[in-house]
Amino acid sequence: MADKSDFLLRIITPDRIFYENRADMVEFNTTEGEIGVLPGHIPMTVIVKPGVLYIHETGEEKKAALHAGFAEILPESVTILAEVIEWPSEINEDRAKSAMERAERRLQNKAPNTDIAKAETALQRALARIQVLK
Amino acid sequence: MASMRDIKRRKSSIQGTQQITKAMKLVSTVKLQRARASAERSKGYFTCMYDTVNNILKRVGNVEHKYLTSGASNKKAVIVITSNRGLAGGYNSNVTKLVTKHPGWRKEDVEIYCLGNKGREAFARNGYVIKECDSDIVESPTYADAAALSARLLASYAAGEIGEIYLAYTFFKNTVSHVPTLLQLLPVGVSGDEAETEESAGGAEAVMNFEVEDAEALDMLIPKYVTSLIYGALRESVASENGARMQAMDNATSNAEEMISDLTLKYNRARQGSITQELTEIIAGAEALG
Repeated sequence: MADKSDFLLRIITPDRIFYENRADMVEFNTTEGEIGVLPGHIPMTVIVKPGVLYIHETGEEKKAALHAGFAEILPESVTILAEVIEWPSEINEDRAKSAMERAERRLQNKAPNTDIAKAETALQRALARIQVLK
Repeated sequence: MASMRDIKRRKSSIQGTQQITKAMKLVSTVKLQRARASAERSKGYFTCMYDTVNNILKRVGNVEHKYLTSGASNKKAVIVITSNRGLAGGYNSNVTKLVTKHPGWRKEDVEIYCLGNKGREAFARNGYVIKECDSDIVESPTYADAAALSARLLASYAAGEIGEIYLAYTFFKNTVSHVPTLLQLLPVGVSGDEAETEESAGGAEAVMNFEVEDAEALDMLIPKYVTSLIYGALRESVASENGARMQAMDNATSNAEEMISDLTLKYNRARQGSITQELTEIIAGAEALG
């Protein structure tokens, strides 16, 4: 068994294993707000909201844009089942920006047939992408 | 005895067929390898998803939830995953048989959501109601396609139009063994409940906590669960399809080989026969002259 200063972080998407390594801490956005998970956390399942995911490895920090899914937190490991997740190198900045503008316009105009929830999610996704690139 | 020319013609036609089946076998071998790799890569996600949802259901017990109790309607929605093209042995008919030969189901109660052309043809022939048909999805399954389908199904389930949702697909056990499988998607965990609990009891883990309410968590998780099962089934089916086709083509090639060797033997015999006959004729002619 490994010492208590790190835990096994696994990030799995339907198409690939996105990340599998030991980490000191992981931070991401959930439906109940931002959380940071350290080793030895009580067992918990949380639902992911679009945002930036920070992985703290020993002496290194990694960022990714996490959009949807849920996370299973156990004392020794964290498994994030992500529907959509991207490394900064996989993001197209121009597309994210135009998506943000489009979503903002839709939210401002408030046309009767606009799906507000959908537009908000789109906006959050675009913001997460842009934030990761910074 | 057939004439030499007939045998020769027959043989060359079989040789042509054999070349085609051989080529098809090679193509599906390559496709199979690709499909199998992608099915294996995504397997981790589904086992994890399945375990987590089971974990949650075990903990919440018999909570009243729209996804856990059977709907009022006795309509059954069945998602059937078949291929778009034939020449895959019993692959398509085995899956469709799961539905058409199901003992407890009446034709009127079943609505088919068909993925793949071959299934649609079979069900149309048998007079089933085909609610939806999408043939592109099986060519290259994407998660978004599966999500859209599960969203539509869940919407009609929530609206009470359908009472149960099933998934008929082919489980890819290994290259030579593909098992047609019928899986109940919703309501979750009505059948095979005991097997599931036994399975997960082995790795009894600490009690799981939720940041959100149980009902809310189920609202969020079950659509994801359904989507991932559909997507997983699609991946498995594509791998099975190519495996089945590879096997079928392999059989066809070896059958052709057998027929060719049979015909070669017949041809040689006919040739020998004709030579003997010619000889006898010449000798008889010479004797008559002498």
